[in-house]
Amino acid sequence: MNRINQKLKEGKKILSIYFTAGYPKINDTVKIIEDLEKNGVDLIEIGLPFSDPLADGPTIQESSTAALKNGMHTELLFEQLKDIRKSVSIPLIIMGYFNPVFQYGVEAFCKRCQEIGIDGLILPDLPLDVYLQDYEATFKKYGLINVFLITPQTSVKRIKEIDAASTGFIYMVSSASTTGATTGFGHEQQAYFERIAALNLKNPQIVGFGINNAETFDQATRTTAGAIIGSAFIKHLNRFGIDSIPDFIKTIR
Amino acid sequence: MSYNADEKGYYGEFGGAFIPEMLYPNTEELRQNYIQIMEEPSFKKEFDHLLQDYVGRPTPLYFAKRLSEKYNTKIYLKREDLCHTGAHKVNNTIGQILMAKKLGKNRIIAETGAGQHGVATATVCALMGIECVVYMGEIDIARQAPNVARMKMLGAEVRPALSGSRTLKDATNEAIRDWINNPVDTHYIIGSVVGPHPYPDMVARFQSVISQEIKSQLKEKEGVENPDYVIACVGGGSNAAGAFYHYLDNPDVGIIAVEAAGKGIDSGESAATSALGKVGIIHGSKTLLMQTPDGQITEPYSISAGLDYPGVGPMHAHLFRSGRGEFISITDAEAMKAGLLLSKLEGIIPAIESSHAFAILEQKTFKPDDIVVINLSGRGDKDLDTYIDYFKL
Repeated sequence: MNRINQKLKEGKKILSIYFTAGYPKINDTVKIIEDLEKNGVDLIEIGLPFSDPLADGPTIQESSTAALKNGMHTELLFEQLKDIRKSVSIPLIIMGYFNPVFQYGVEAFCKRCQEIGIDGLILPDLPLDVYLQDYEATFKKYGLINVFLITPQTSVKRIKEIDAASTGFIYMVSSASTTGATTGFGHEQQAYFERIAALNLKNPQIVGFGINNAETFDQATRTTAGAIIGSAFIKHLNRFGIDSIPDFIKTIR
Repeated sequence: MSYNADEKGYYGEFGGAFIPEMLYPNTEELRQNYIQIMEEPSFKKEFDHLLQDYVGRPTPLYFAKRLSEKYNTKIYLKREDLCHTGAHKVNNTIGQILMAKKLGKNRIIAETGAGQHGVATATVCALMGIECVVYMGEIDIARQAPNVARMKMLGAEVRPALSGSRTLKDATNEAIRDWINNPVDTHYIIGSVVGPHPYPDMVARFQSVISQEIKSQLKEKEGVENPDYVIACVGGGSNAAGAFYHYLDNPDVGIIAVEAAGKGIDSGESAATSALGKVGIIHGSKTLLMQTPDGQITEPYSISAGLDYPGVGPMHAHLFRSGRGEFISITDAEAMKAGLLLSKLEGIIPAIESSHAFAILEQKTFKPDDIVVINLSGRGDKDLDTYIDYFKL
């Protein structure tokens, strides 16, 4: 069974952390992953940096630009990760934009992911219809779960289509925003979380965008399986360095 | 083979809508409605009326006698430079502002490189009394001060794009991010035949008035609707899409797309996407784009700010790949020389973008009885500083 499905079956609220590979320093990737697991993180999204991250706010734009300047690229990330399964057992997801994956070759990319022990991909700009038509079979062949996003504007009809195509979890974007834009959840988000919970989807949902402390983590996970923190973690790394990962996790739970 | 978009927005293998889910509702709303809205009689009437009385259409199809004599062929100029705001860009912004109103949107965003599309958008927003935010790369703001001032006079807010290379592609990213953050009340007026479906098709349809007019004007002047060649410059490709549109499926009409070679295709400072690009995804569209082997989008270069886009509209990628269009790239030096020549022979100072199209006359020999239509997409006022610097005027 895929590690993502296994983790979700444990039933505890998932804390997922996103970081940009190659940031702050080019060789921080493995240490960040190991420290996150040691400190109780349940799932990690490894960001493959892209020059034009459309869905990201300033924090992840800057970490992506810095990572590329540091020399991060797809093959290097795979090399850094090649022995990761000797030390890390929680699920690992690569998150990035479609073009770098497309240039690497989707099949070659998926194959490398399987060899390394990557469990899933999040590619926000790979649309559902293109995935189903061109790539679903390839992802499945290499045991990769593709994670789709929904937003407060996504129609129920489309949520159901996405639920049908998903095999791990649904990435629930908390509000109409790019990453790192919101602070705190109001009635609108709570109503949205409850509305989605009432749909009784077959896939659990994990909330992302706007989670930056224990309070927002609790709010986001009341009706869902977990929450993802990205920008807030990157800001923390930027300010306090990679030796301070335990301090950050303690502020969440 | 068709050269228009299919219902999913594909031109052959190019196009589509590679967008994050956050943009799906906005683009889907547009996709479901754009053709129907454009075909409504009330929409057509208002669009045609504004093109005539506000933009100044039809623009003349001018027989360039002295230029024709020099190159020993029959050259007609489609005078998009005479449009209000100085270029063809306004054809699209008029169409899209009417579209936005039909969709009930009350806020407009746009991206701009040199500022031409920004000015054309700010203009129609002023005309309709709608709030307007234009994203422009910080570097472009510094080098295009007059157009920034124009937009401000027209009541638009110009927001600097501070990310990435701080030029057109980053301004486009910022506009897309704004749309993600404002999905309900805002319409994004893209300035070229780029972006996710339905934008390339919608913008091409609004610009198709150019070739529609060429047909009837040529019929009047030459007794035939079809020229032997249509020539247009291509950055993203909106003026070219408009000039080619009604000739796409007629193989008797030669289509020549002119890209900016910058300092030379192999110089590392170029915007010749068909020569240097590979298939990839940029701004929600699968097309040819300039990128590293690793899939990072690179920064193009051209002396002409309107041609330095790292991608090209999917329609043009398809015209190139299928062989329907002939793609030629022109260097800065060749374009500047052609711009000066047109000024001296015909009394018309062209935008440097358009100068690229005229440089084809030096590269390619046409027969004496060939009818060659060159789309003169914009006027050169905005480029005077560049002409002054270049020719030490």
